[in-house]
Amino acid sequence: MAEKLFLEVVTPQKAIVSEEVEIVVAPGSEGEFGALKGHTTFLTSLKVGSLRYIDAGGKERYIFINGGFAEVLPDKVTILAESAEYRKDIDVERATKAKVRAEKRLANKAADTDLVRAEVALKRAMHRLRIKDIK
Amino acid sequence: MATLKEVQSKIVSVKKTKQITSAMKMVATSRLRGAQNNMEAFKPYAGKFAEVLGSIAGKSGGDASPLLVPREEVKKVALVLCTSDRGLCGGFNTNLITKAEKIIKSEFEGKDVSFTCFGKRGRDWAKKQPQPIEDEFLDVVGGNVEFSVASYSGQKLIDSFLEGTVDEVYLIYSDFVNMAKQVATVKQILPIPSLEDVQKEKEEDKDAGFLPEHICEPSSDALLGQMLPKNIFIQIYDALLQTSTSEHAARMRAMDNATKACEDIVGELQTIYNKTRQAGITADLMDIVGGAEALNG
Repeated sequence: MAEKLFLEVVTPQKAIVSEEVEIVVAPGSEGEFGALKGHTTFLTSLKVGSLRYIDAGGKERYIFINGGFAEVLPDKVTILAESAEYRKDIDVERATKAKVRAEKRLANKAADTDLVRAEVALKRAMHRLRIKDIK
Repeated sequence: MATLKEVQSKIVSVKKTKQITSAMKMVATSRLRGAQNNMEAFKPYAGKFAEVLGSIAGKSGGDASPLLVPREEVKKVALVLCTSDRGLCGGFNTNLITKAEKIIKSEFEGKDVSFTCFGKRGRDWAKKQPQPIEDEFLDVVGGNVEFSVASYSGQKLIDSFLEGTVDEVYLIYSDFVNMAKQVATVKQILPIPSLEDVQKEKEEDKDAGFLPEHICEPSSDALLGQMLPKNIFIQIYDALLQTSTSEHAARMRAMDNATKACEDIVGELQTIYNKTRQAGITADLMDIVGGAEALNG
């Protein structure tokens, strides 16, 4: 097995993940990137999306990331996210509702709707649902 | 002298008050624990963020972001006043409000001040002031503070700073030093005071001078531009957490004092009660003895 690196995902509310992992794949703002042990030091902002990693037991895990920053060191990855959720913590009902609401707002295109906000909301909802769908 | 009944009913009412104050103290204690936990949970995020921010700030120039540039002439000042929603916490809110009053009279003399209020107490005070209230957020301080509140209000402040409707932004909050000490503090958040201070603090923390050179994506300037607003949200969030914790600590102490005062009063009243009762008995006895003497005589 490959050598492990340490993954930390912290949000203002709490530390979500703090464990040894084999690989981390994160949604960087310039494109998705993967990090293994020995990766060069690297700093990037993150998009809304899913963070994927394989934990020490070889199990693949998904976390929803609501944007943020990632710092990659040769033996450690730190993700600073405004909020993050494990797959099991994602509220499907809420995400579905949010998706419908955002789609409606985008479709209406009324002058006073904040399109940027609606788009971000839609993105968030879709990513949440996508993560939930992965078997 | 008061009659027995009067004293008795007073004792009962003071005891009831004591029950309420001690219950409130209990509630404040448990809330305080929750608020402290929130503060603890926030530390790793804030610490890491400051570390990363410091390391890229060192690399990019001083004027990477408009948020860093001080205005030549400061006319309009926004004050973010964090207070509690509820009273009965001693001088907690008064301290914060006095601080705001003082700074408006001294440093901001002749400038246009506007308020952004967190907490009902500060809002109610600000309403009576000539200065306008830009924004108010109730039901935030003292409960479960969400980061989104901080980022929402922070974004608004940043927007008005960039538009030029505001030249400087200050936070007034209660710094939680320890259980017995909470200090009303004023902190400038916009324009962002020079980042060198952040960096210095950080370098002092690290004994080894190892600062890894990061590859940045997008460029370090762009990254800094994205991180600076976040840094402001973090400061607002931190201020809200500190104020919440301080509120509960202040209430706990106030209620503890009130409970003790109730105990003292009950003690005093009990003495009066006993004395009155004794005086009554003595008077009755005198009557009886006097009556018996008269019959015998």
